[in-house]
Amino acid sequence: MKAVVRHRLFWPAVMLVVLLIGNTFYSPSFLKVTLRDGHFYGSLVDILRSATPLALVALGMTVVIATAGIDLSVGSVMAISGATACLWISELGDQNAVGGVLVAVALALLLSLVLGVWNGFLVAAIGIQPIIATLILMVAGRGIAQLITGGQIITVNSSPYKVIGAGYALAIPVSVIIVAVFVAVAAVLVRRSALGLLVESVGGNPTASRLAGIKSARYIWIAYVFAGLCAGIAGLIFSSNVSSADGNNAGNLIELDAILAVVIGGTALTGGRFSIAGSILGAVVIKTLDITIYTVGVPTSSTLLFKAIVVIALCLAQSPAFRAKFARRRSAAEATA
Amino acid sequence: MIDVGTPGTATAVARVPLSKKRPQKRHIPVLATAALFGLMYLVGVVSYPGFSDTQILLNIFIDNAFLLVVAVGMTFVILTGGIDLSVGAVVALTTMISAVLLRENWPAGAVLPLVLLVGTLLGLAMGCIIHFFEVPPFIATLAGMFLARGLCFVISDASIPITNSTWTGIADVRIWFGGFRITISVVIALVVLLIGAFVLAYTRFGRNVYALGGNQQSAMLMGLPVARTRVAVYTISGFCSALGGVLVSFYMSSGNSLHAQGMELDAIAAVVIGGTVLAGGSGYVFGTVLGVLVLGVIQTLITYADLNSWWTRIFIGALLFAFILLQRVVNRRT
Repeated sequence: MKAVVRHRLFWPAVMLVVLLIGNTFYSPSFLKVTLRDGHFYGSLVDILRSATPLALVALGMTVVIATAGIDLSVGSVMAISGATACLWISELGDQNAVGGVLVAVALALLLSLVLGVWNGFLVAAIGIQPIIATLILMVAGRGIAQLITGGQIITVNSSPYKVIGAGYALAIPVSVIIVAVFVAVAAVLVRRSALGLLVESVGGNPTASRLAGIKSARYIWIAYVFAGLCAGIAGLIFSSNVSSADGNNAGNLIELDAILAVVIGGTALTGGRFSIAGSILGAVVIKTLDITIYTVGVPTSSTLLFKAIVVIALCLAQSPAFRAKFARRRSAAEATA
Repeated sequence: MIDVGTPGTATAVARVPLSKKRPQKRHIPVLATAALFGLMYLVGVVSYPGFSDTQILLNIFIDNAFLLVVAVGMTFVILTGGIDLSVGAVVALTTMISAVLLRENWPAGAVLPLVLLVGTLLGLAMGCIIHFFEVPPFIATLAGMFLARGLCFVISDASIPITNSTWTGIADVRIWFGGFRITISVVIALVVLLIGAFVLAYTRFGRNVYALGGNQQSAMLMGLPVARTRVAVYTISGFCSALGGVLVSFYMSSGNSLHAQGMELDAIAAVVIGGTVLAGGSGYVFGTVLGVLVLGVIQTLITYADLNSWWTRIFIGALLFAFILLQRVVNRRT
């Protein structure tokens, strides 16, 4: 029992269960999943579907944070990726041509990789603090995304493109399948090879790992490229779901949700220890919270405040200094009692 | 101290010009900024008739007075090797609180100190979390940023106009001299600037700020008040953001949750372009002024060139990158 409570995923799982139970009180049919027209329907499916971009971004963010870094540019990369794909498709003679859509997707992903390489270059090769390095792309990236879309919202009408974000395969949303496969591959790569261990050692103590003969710069670089790719795919899912690209608002403030998901999942923001499953669970918790706020009827404007308080509380709970002070006070109270 | 006639003299002699050169190297980023500003201004004057009007230069100050105030606070924080990402959100929160309270017919004389106090307290709280709980500055201030923006949205997600006569009165005052005009905001910004420069250069607290940024371990071993200094710089930044917010509410005559979005980057960019080293310990408030002026000239040039507004973001990002690179190169050599 103690082992269960102590488990890293215990508290996020409890949060999720509490939220789900709370929702069933407000709408009894909340947990019902029905099969209609060969698709699964229901609030649970909606939560999973809407959580896919965030889960991907959080996955990339987890690896970056594990190297003791942070990537603030994920929202901008999402916007650029969606804008590139939509621009390419809108110029096609036949927007429904599968080949053309594939080229658009490949282009968008290639560009996200390049942006990830750029972030990695600034952090690993030049040695700029991650927060500043990615701040550059966060701001300039929004400009680039608007440059691509010409300041307009590009709308496309392409059924192959729409499959990515809004389609179904085997009654399950395609976006959920994409994310599940991607997460599974990443988890296997990280946990069944030395990659995860090396990333954790770089984040835990860069000097010690360098002295141990680990090429820190290489793993930091890989982390940012991976985060770029994740954000790129997330951008495609997001823009495909709405069949349009908005350079200004796509992925706006998603870096907050991603950081929140990572923290909820039990990854320390100071680097060194990470949990992919935790971050994915964190992303689902956040989306469930968003939907709960809709169902319960709390004004949506208070969402940001609530999330901020959760971030602050979790940061303090993670801080060793805070824990030490708290523990000392408690043991002192026990001694006097 | 050195026995004459040994090879030691040779090194001592060789070192003299080196140490004389050193301050110049430290000044390279500031000089580069000044040169860049001059060059861009020249480009403007040559390409566009009317650009040489002195009022254009004064307008840069009028349009960026709030950024100047925020950037002075940011300079303090970055000098200690920290960072404050909450400034834009605190600016927005200040405009929001001011607008709501003024709408409820609170006297302007009560609203002004109150909003300044709110910003200062937010800064103080973040400083305490950073120092006493050892939360990294960017995380603590990122959380502060979300908190302040969150509070804005709770107050209202619509724009609230400010119609209070004192407020609009101050905003409309124009100070004329010799055919040119500036606003009260510019005067406030210049006063903040002078105080900031004086505190950093001539007070014990200022020396502590530089010492803390130079090497925290040494500062602690020297018995300097590290805790007080660290908490104080975030408090100062909070105050400056709140004051910047008041100036924004003068400038925009409204409170809006979306005001000052991305201002944290503008402020950081101004400080970095102004030659303050991101790792802390070296930099000047007057460099920051040059940084703000460079950003202002970019905006003016882009308006004159009739380019789209997103080019501003791309240019600022590129400039920030160039100057960080320059810092790296200069620091590696010394």
